[in-house]
Amino acid sequence: MKRHLISAADLTRDDAVLILDTAEEMARVADRPIKKLPTLRGRTVCNLFFEDSTRTRISFEAAEKRLSADVINFAAKGSSVSKGESLKDTAQTLEAMGVDAVVIRHGASGAPYRLANSGWIDAPVINAGDGTHQHPTQALLDAFTMRRRLIGPDAGLGEDLSGRRITVVGDVLHSRVARSNVDLLHTLGAEVTLVAPPTLVPVGVETWPCEVSYDLDRVLPKTDAVMMLRVQRERMNAAFFPTEREYSRRYGLDGERMARMPEHAIVMHPGPMVRGMEITAEVADSDRCTVIEQVTNGVSVRMAVLYLLLGGNEPAVTHTRTEGN
Amino acid sequence: MSKILIRGAKVLGGEAQDVLIDGETIEAVGAGLSAEGADVIEAEGKILLPGLVDLHTHLREPGREDSETVLTGTRAAASGGYTAVFAMANTFPVADTAGVVEQVYRLGQEHGYCDVQPIGAVTVGLEGSKLAELGAMHESAAGVTVFSDDGKCVHDAVIMRRALEYVKAFGGVIAQHAQEPRLTEGAQMNEGIVSAELGLGGWPAVAEESIIARDVLLAEHVGSRVHICHLSTAGSVEIVRWAKSRGIDVTAEVTPHHLLLTDEMVRSYNPVYKVNPPLRTERDVMALREALADGTIDIVATDHAPHPHEDKDCEWAAAAMGMVGLETALSVVQQTMVETGLLTWEAVADRMSYAPARIGQAKGHGRPVSAGEPANLTLLDSAYRGEVDPAGFASRSRNTPYEGRELPGRVTHTFLRGRATVVDGKLA
Repeated sequence: MKRHLISAADLTRDDAVLILDTAEEMARVADRPIKKLPTLRGRTVCNLFFEDSTRTRISFEAAEKRLSADVINFAAKGSSVSKGESLKDTAQTLEAMGVDAVVIRHGASGAPYRLANSGWIDAPVINAGDGTHQHPTQALLDAFTMRRRLIGPDAGLGEDLSGRRITVVGDVLHSRVARSNVDLLHTLGAEVTLVAPPTLVPVGVETWPCEVSYDLDRVLPKTDAVMMLRVQRERMNAAFFPTEREYSRRYGLDGERMARMPEHAIVMHPGPMVRGMEITAEVADSDRCTVIEQVTNGVSVRMAVLYLLLGGNEPAVTHTRTEGN
Repeated sequence: MSKILIRGAKVLGGEAQDVLIDGETIEAVGAGLSAEGADVIEAEGKILLPGLVDLHTHLREPGREDSETVLTGTRAAASGGYTAVFAMANTFPVADTAGVVEQVYRLGQEHGYCDVQPIGAVTVGLEGSKLAELGAMHESAAGVTVFSDDGKCVHDAVIMRRALEYVKAFGGVIAQHAQEPRLTEGAQMNEGIVSAELGLGGWPAVAEESIIARDVLLAEHVGSRVHICHLSTAGSVEIVRWAKSRGIDVTAEVTPHHLLLTDEMVRSYNPVYKVNPPLRTERDVMALREALADGTIDIVATDHAPHPHEDKDCEWAAAAMGMVGLETALSVVQQTMVETGLLTWEAVADRMSYAPARIGQAKGHGRPVSAGEPANLTLLDSAYRGEVDPAGFASRSRNTPYEGRELPGRVTHTFLRGRATVVDGKLA
């Protein structure tokens, strides 16, 4: 694996499967009474959040703490950044304090890439979401969830997602989740179809390793997993689509549409969900919807990433696996 | 002032000749010239060009002297072989009054490295809503003939029409920064395959092309002259070509960086590549080169846009747009246009000296290398090859995309009215 995790496109098939397999081992820690490993004891990880994101930050924090890392949470709001400090200076300050890894969320696409490649700091950088560019750990937790649901936790070890048909629906244009998923799912052998109104499909998408459709109903019967993306209501004002109701009618997932999917097919959402627009309550609360599992799996996957980037080459919890089984 | 004899230079890339300078003027051009007591510059194998003229330079003074001043900017210009530059109006305060343009003009005269012709703003404060005092700027000591809100597009069609009409009274020209503002909201790079992958806001070609199409039609309608700044797309070339074939009085410029670099470079997220208009695709680059070769694009202009280190040493979104260009322009043109066989040195003289001087009405510049003309000259060692080292720039800023890149050619001498401003590659 590379030293940093900036983009899902940086991962080879073997890298990705290793992370997913390691995450399976990490998931077992969550089943223990004491959910903690000593792996990162004495290491300090900084969660550098320039953009609000309670879910992702807490998920990383939980993962870091379960690996016994010391955690520094840095939120840009109310910090030196709001006094005009640059990303470079902030990062260098943190490194001077002995930070061993930086988890960064930033509103600007490419900020984690710059942090990792500009010589500003030496510590590994993990991208926790940058602008409309990438959110690699989200893609990994999505793939992890698919593998568990579509193949099974134990049967899935060492496996990728070859031949699985995944549909990603909604605001692809502004979605780092969609970009990351297209890259990773393709690497893992899945067939991805993006479904969105033409206004929310990026220019140049024809070079991406996926299909594009404007017709959700036609795609759903051939789907193993459908991933609904959040649509921000303010997009309406920018004329990406006429009304919320029209969007829902054409691209929303309700019970009737869900019934067109194969029986084994699952419904995913990166959250937070806006019920009623892109997804109805009926679908969100159904057994096929994996939103809560995705949150749980997010911690395991982030533990795996932190472990592999910072922990070493030994199997993460081999000994406990023997005990557990 | 003593005489100077430039011996054996290939004048405009042609036959080796001697050029004798007496005072501010070229006294003679021919073979085997001699002059007693003259300083002799052995120039065998070197190319002698008329002093270069840049129609599009940002000198930043007044207001952003941490980026550049008239002194440092004109030193950079001289280093790059320029003898005249047109200074853009987006200073602080904006050059929208006679007072500001006179200040810039006089600073240029005082420092003496190259003539500075200020460009006046089209609208007050570059805000696009109210015409600046174009006539007063023209009548000032600076004698402004070129007006531009560069950095911002004059997007209101009525204001653009009125500006085009108004400057007819004194033969001025409106230089348009073609960028439809609504189509480029949040834009950070060329809209295309790369922007989609990088998640950076796309800057569609049509945002430039639609304004150019409108403005050439407005120029035709009112019978005025429009100049299009830094064309960047193949579509823009087609529109200008069409307009010229229709007889519309339009001229256009291209920057050296748009002749060489593409949006693929942005994959590095390195803000040295962040520029307005953005770097486009390989197809656009090839179209721009062809258009410069066939004369559809009239001139090369640097859009020299200096910024301090901290404005570029940051994440892409926070970075300022622009790159310095005065000191590398001729090298980039040599690589992209001369060494590819698209332009002769004679044609380079046209695109980088005669034509910009003509468009901007720069008196005494863009003249032939012949007896009786002002001795504004540039001597180039075109055989030179070397990596660009920004530490050696005369500009106050270092925001160049060429650091460490090998570029051909080196200006060894520049003469401004017979006085050497650059000698053996160093500022005099």
